[in-house]
Order: sequence, then C-alpha cells, then structure tokens
Amino acid sequence: MFQLLVDHYPYYLSTVLLALGIWGMFAKRNLMKKLIALTIFQVSIMLIFISSSFKTSATIPIFDPDLGLTNPDLYINPLPHVLMLTAIVVMVATSGVALAVILMIYRRYHTLDEHELTKRMRE
Amino acid sequence: MTIDQLPVIIPVSLLIFTCLTLLFGFLRKSLAFPIALTGMAVSLAASILGLVQVLLYGPQSYQLGGWAPPIGIEYVLDHLSAFMAVLITFISFISLIYSRHSFAREVPDKVVPLYALLLLLVAGMVGIVVTGDLFNVFVFLEIASLAGYAVMAIGHEKAPVATFRYIIIGTIGACFYLLGVGFLYFATGTLNMADIARLLPDLYESRLILAAAVFIVIGMALKMALFPFHIWLPDVYTYAPSGVVSLVAPLMTKVGAYVIIRMLVSVFGPGFLSEGFPLMAVLGWLGAAAIVIGSILAIAQSDLRRMLAYSSIAQIGYVALGIGLNNPLGLIGAMLHILNHAFMKACLFQVAGGIRYRTGLWQIPMLAGLGRKMPWTMAAFTIGAISMVGIPPAAGFFSKWYLVLSSIEAHNWVFVIVIIISSLLNAVYFFRILEKAYASPESGNELVNTASDPPASMTVSIMVLAAGILILGLINAIIITNVLQPVVKLIS
Repeated sequence: MFQLLVDHYPYYLSTVLLALGIWGMFAKRNLMKKLIALTIFQVSIMLIFISSSFKTSATIPIFDPDLGLTNPDLYINPLPHVLMLTAIVVMVATSGVALAVILMIYRRYHTLDEHELTKRMRE
Repeated sequence: MTIDQLPVIIPVSLLIFTCLTLLFGFLRKSLAFPIALTGMAVSLAASILGLVQVLLYGPQSYQLGGWAPPIGIEYVLDHLSAFMAVLITFISFISLIYSRHSFAREVPDKVVPLYALLLLLVAGMVGIVVTGDLFNVFVFLEIASLAGYAVMAIGHEKAPVATFRYIIIGTIGACFYLLGVGFLYFATGTLNMADIARLLPDLYESRLILAAAVFIVIGMALKMALFPFHIWLPDVYTYAPSGVVSLVAPLMTKVGAYVIIRMLVSVFGPGFLSEGFPLMAVLGWLGAAAIVIGSILAIAQSDLRRMLAYSSIAQIGYVALGIGLNNPLGLIGAMLHILNHAFMKACLFQVAGGIRYRTGLWQIPMLAGLGRKMPWTMAAFTIGAISMVGIPPAAGFFSKWYLVLSSIEAHNWVFVIVIIISSLLNAVYFFRILEKAYASPESGNELVNTASDPPASMTVSIMVLAAGILILGLINAIIITNVLQPVVKLIS
C-alpha cells in the first residue's frame, strides 16, 4: 500500500488538484476565481500526462552516442511533453478568451459576483 | 492540388480564408463577406467532391507531412466523415449568406472579426470530422470552441455572462476528453484511431480503457449539452446574434455526438461499450430524459429563441438515444437525425432571426397575424415545425421512425413511449405558434402590421433550408443505403 503511494504519488497529487479545480469552478462565486480553478483543473491534466512519461535513470530524448539507440528505456518519452505543449497553447487561448469575456461582463455590470449577475440576467 | 489531398483541403482552405478575411477586412470592411463566402464555397466544393470520391472509390486518407501512420497524423475521409463534412459546410454556407443582413443590423461594427471567427469555427468543426488522430480531435475541438465562445459573446448585453458559463462547462468537457485520450495513450502507446482499434481487443479487460471510455463520453456529453449538462445552452442561444445562432445551433452540439459515434464505430467497437459497464445504456437513458424534459421546458417558454433552444436540448436527446441503443438501426436513426435536425434547427432559427429583423419581436404571444405579413418566412417555419413534430413527408418523421424501429428491436418499450410522447409535446409548442401566426386575429401591433418578408438573401436561404427538409424526406432511403449503411456495416 505504502509502496503504491510512493510509486504513484504524482498521479494522486494530480487527482487532488483535478478535484480541487472542479470544486472551485462550482463552489466559488467570483468569476475570476472560477477562471483560476479552471486553470488549476487544466494544469492537473497536464501533470498527469507529464508524469506518465517519467522513467528513473533515463535521460532527455536527444540522441547520445554513448547510450546508442538499442534500448529505448534509456530515454524518456517525448510525445506527452509535445502534446502538453500544444495543450498549454490551447489553455493560454482559453484563458485569454475567458479574461476578455470577464472584462466585458465587468464593464457592463460592474460586478463579477455570480449571484448578483444571475439576478441581473433575470430582469 | 490533387484529388488525394481532399481530406486536408477541407479544413485548411477555411483556415487560410480566415486569415484572408481578417487581412482584407481591415483594408476594406465590405471585402470581408465576399472573401468569407469564397472560403466557405471552396470548402463546400471540396467536401462534396470528397463525398463523391468516397462513394465511388471508398475511404480516402492523407498523411500529413508524408509521415505514415501510426507515427504521423492521418486525415481520413470515410463515409461518416464525408457525410458530416458536407453537412457542416453546407449549413455554414447557407447561414453565412443569411447572416449578411442580420449582422449589418445587429452588430454592424464587428462584422470583420465575426466573419473571420465564423470561418475558424467551421474549420474547427470540419477538422474534428476529417482527422484520424485522437489528439488532433482535441485541438480542433478547442479551435471550434474558442471561436464559438468569441462569436457568442458578441451581441446582446447579457451574452457575455451566458458565454462564461459555456466556457467553463465546454472546457471541462474538452479536458475530460483529453484525459480519456491520455488514458488510451498510456494503455496503447498510440493516438491513431485505426491503430488503437487494432490494439484494443487485447486490452478489453483493462480498467484504464474503461476509464478512458467513460471520460470521453462524459466530456462529449458536456459538449453536446446532453441532459443534465444542458444548463449553459438556453442562455447562450438566446442572447447570441441570430446569424451566429443559425450556424452554431444546428452544428456545434452535433459535433460532440459525432465524436461519440466515431469512438463507438472506429475506436472502441460496440461490444466493449455495452458489455460490463453499461455506458451506452446510460447515454440512451440520459437521452430519453433530455427528450422529455427539454420538450416540457420548451412548452413553458414564451420567448421564441429560448423555446427553440430547449427544443434543441430535446432533439440532441434523440441523437443520444439512438447512439445509446447501440444497434445498427439506432445508429442510422441517430445519424439521420443529426442531418435532419441540422436542417430543421437552422431553418427555424433563421426564421426567428428574420422575424426579429423585421419586427424586433421575440415574444410568442406578440406574433399574432404574422402569417399574412411574412408569408414565405412563416411557410418555411410551418415546414420546419411539421418536420420537428414528425409528420411525413418532412424529414423529421423518418429519423424518428428509425429510432422507434430500433427501440422495438431492442425491446425497449419505454423509449418507444418517450419518442411518441415527445412528438405530441413538440406538436403542442409548435402548433401554438402556427395558431398564433395564422389563426389569431391581428393584434393591431404596429410592428407586426408593417412587417414583410426579410431581404432576399435571408428569405432565399430560409426557403433553401425548408425545401431541403422536404427533399431530405423524399431521398432519405438513398442517403441511408449509400452513405449510412456502410458506416453501420463496420459495427455489425
């Protein structure tokens, strides 16, 4: 049991972050805090991907003449990193759009409180 | 350009014209619309050519950068994706023609970015459809969603608040999908759909694969606004500009349904998703709940746009129900309903936008006597309404017919009752409007009395869609035997 925890702790920590993000998105009333929770949620998924490519005693995936090409266990897997670079770009764009929308909301209503906004939407 | 590059031309031409629209739009505002329309026409022509190629010679594939799959990214045009690509580009093309006058009236100073973003949105949707790579689906999904958030936040002053909810829920959906793809990658070491399908049968016992399937289906259920994840949809559709809604409402939620069908048909295989954990059954029952609740809520609305939005929630329920039945007939019903509903909803939302263009009205009780003032528009609305209720020969009847047949085949009598009851509920809320428009005495409302059919470009696109509903009803057997049967053959 303890060994399982030690071996897989990045996954458990990421899951905690993931749950934290979802909780924040639904429990927090301020739209800005919701956006922060959304970012935490996205980062947790990236951490899961990155953790998956980790190998003990392996090096970066650049050809090293001393190590050769015969044993792939000597290099870490570059693909999850590349995928997450793309995901980071997507995340930045999402944050950008969300911030622009938050700005529009604030200019019109002068508040970011969800209850207040819901009340104003019903009018 | 050669014929084997077709799968990649469909999305890339739209991406190129997005940039061109923005560039020339900044030079001269009036150039934005013709350039956007040209881009959409190129993509529509490529999609139709692609469908013809697929029908004549079978599935086409294109390897990006010359890297062979599974290492490289592959774009595949098979029966399902060619069908969806033609549907998406055709509805977008018609909506773009329609949107010109409506944008000029509603959001005159934001026309250039709106056209560029609409092209980007459609590029994302066709990209999802043509790609054969799981991570590529995520990227295109986010391209479509981000462009969608931006166009929907423009318009009514309440639109940004509605859009923010959509951003939160849409991003959770996309991230769940990404997590599911990650689990599939950890289990198989590949992201190519065909390669995963080849490797999966040995791994069916793995809990990781089951978790991947659950995450992907939940993520897409969020994107397609399936009950109980529908809360964002009514406000978004109500406050977005009508030219945008007539493009987004018929297509955006269907793309989520497409991803589930694609996963079912060419990644997981139908056996895996129905045995053990009953994921498909859950999807079907959520669909049934969406049909009933969406229809009842639609009756309660007095705002035309909001009523159509709730009706969309009910109609996406039909698609989910068809997928959830997990038999060939159900899948045919679901795919046919994606096609029919895209035409019906585009037509109805365009009529709603046309009424707003001429009268500025949304409230259903205020529409009394409109049938005589806007004869063409209301005739198109009548055809759309008849199709929604499911009266032959309109197209909506046939998809419901296949869904009923498939429910009977699965001995699921509750679903049969749900479909029949919902048709009655549809009749209640659509005939209420028809009664107002045709049978009610004129209210003496100045706005209604001075109304007439909207400008030619709007009326023509509305009439094309209305004619399309009737034509689809007549040729549905041809579509099923040539396009949809080969898709289903993969799973039976």
